Amino acid sequence: MGLLDYFRNSGRNRGSASVAKERLQILVAHDRAARDRPSYLPKLQQEILAVIRKYVDVDMNAVSVNYEQEDSQEILELNIVLPDAAGRT
Amino acid sequence: MARVIVITSGKGGVGKTTTAAAMAMGLAQRGNRTVVIDFDVGLRNLDLIMGCERRVVYDFVNVINGEANLNQALIRDKRCDGLYVLPASQTRDKDALTVEGVGQVLEDLGKSHDYIVCDSPAGIEHGATMAMYFADDAVVVTNPEVSSVRDSDRMLGILSSKSRRAESNEEPIREHLLLTRYSPERVARGEMLSLEDVQEILSLNLLGVIPESQAVLNASNAGVPVILSSDSDAGQAYGDMVSRFLGEDVPMRFLEAGKKGLFSRIFGG
Repeated sequence: MGLLDYFRNSGRNRGSASVAKERLQILVAHDRAARDRPSYLPKLQQEILAVIRKYVDVDMNAVSVNYEQEDSQEILELNIVLPDAAGRT
Repeated sequence: MARVIVITSGKGGVGKTTTAAAMAMGLAQRGNRTVVIDFDVGLRNLDLIMGCERRVVYDFVNVINGEANLNQALIRDKRCDGLYVLPASQTRDKDALTVEGVGQVLEDLGKSHDYIVCDSPAGIEHGATMAMYFADDAVVVTNPEVSSVRDSDRMLGILSSKSRRAESNEEPIREHLLLTRYSPERVARGEMLSLEDVQEILSLNLLGVIPESQAVLNASNAGVPVILSSDSDAGQAYGDMVSRFLGEDVPMRFLEAGKKGLFSRIFGG
């Protein structure tokens, strides 16, 4: 690699295009993850919350449903935050 | 039965109508009976780009509502045999495009044509979803620029979930990438996403790369699809694109910046 090439390439790395590409890759990965989520998730979350609230007085946002997709498996993660002992009925 | 091609992008101003006009003209030039439909109800522009704006009498919505038949609404292109334009309505509301109505018009057109090119409006609203609903092929027009690439990716999601083919579990729409307004000089300077960058993100079948070119504005000024400017770079690139769509193996052109002298190599610019 000649001296001129060195300067040219260092110029390219500092170019705004590489920043654009990096930002896009993150953004698009995020968008796609949200898009592939099953459409029943919000309703599932609501109904689970309703069932739990029959027995425990939990906050409206005490249930979080998370969905992740890996190569060959899908993970549905449920997280329920129960109140302190004092708050239990 | 005709093949239905939607020209889509999500983002506005990337070259959908330019592409729809060029593609329809290119297909017709190669002997295919082709009709190009403007789906941008309320903001029609395809007639201007095709140079037939003064010959519009009836439009797409008139046909759907039964106020005119197809033969009355179709505008025959004077430069190329077998090419017709179906203009959008300028005044009606967008809901005039119904799934049943659009489906019926496409079915009728399909009997006497080989290709139906649908020029989608920008956005992901009703007109855009109607334009893509019946598609067999989708040409996703993208500029090498962040918002356009992101919108294209969103369009791909919609194409794979909200089309007739998706809903009836048929073979999915064939998706193609057309990169437009590409400037090899700016790519070489690291100022613009390269073809490889865009492909790394979207990974689609590449139909072509259209260079940023003065010929495009000159063509739209005159109402002549740019593919007819066969001495211009953009015109030739569109010609290549149509050939590739029809299955020919045509090498990519206009991807490299022009050769520069030693002086500009050292000092850049």
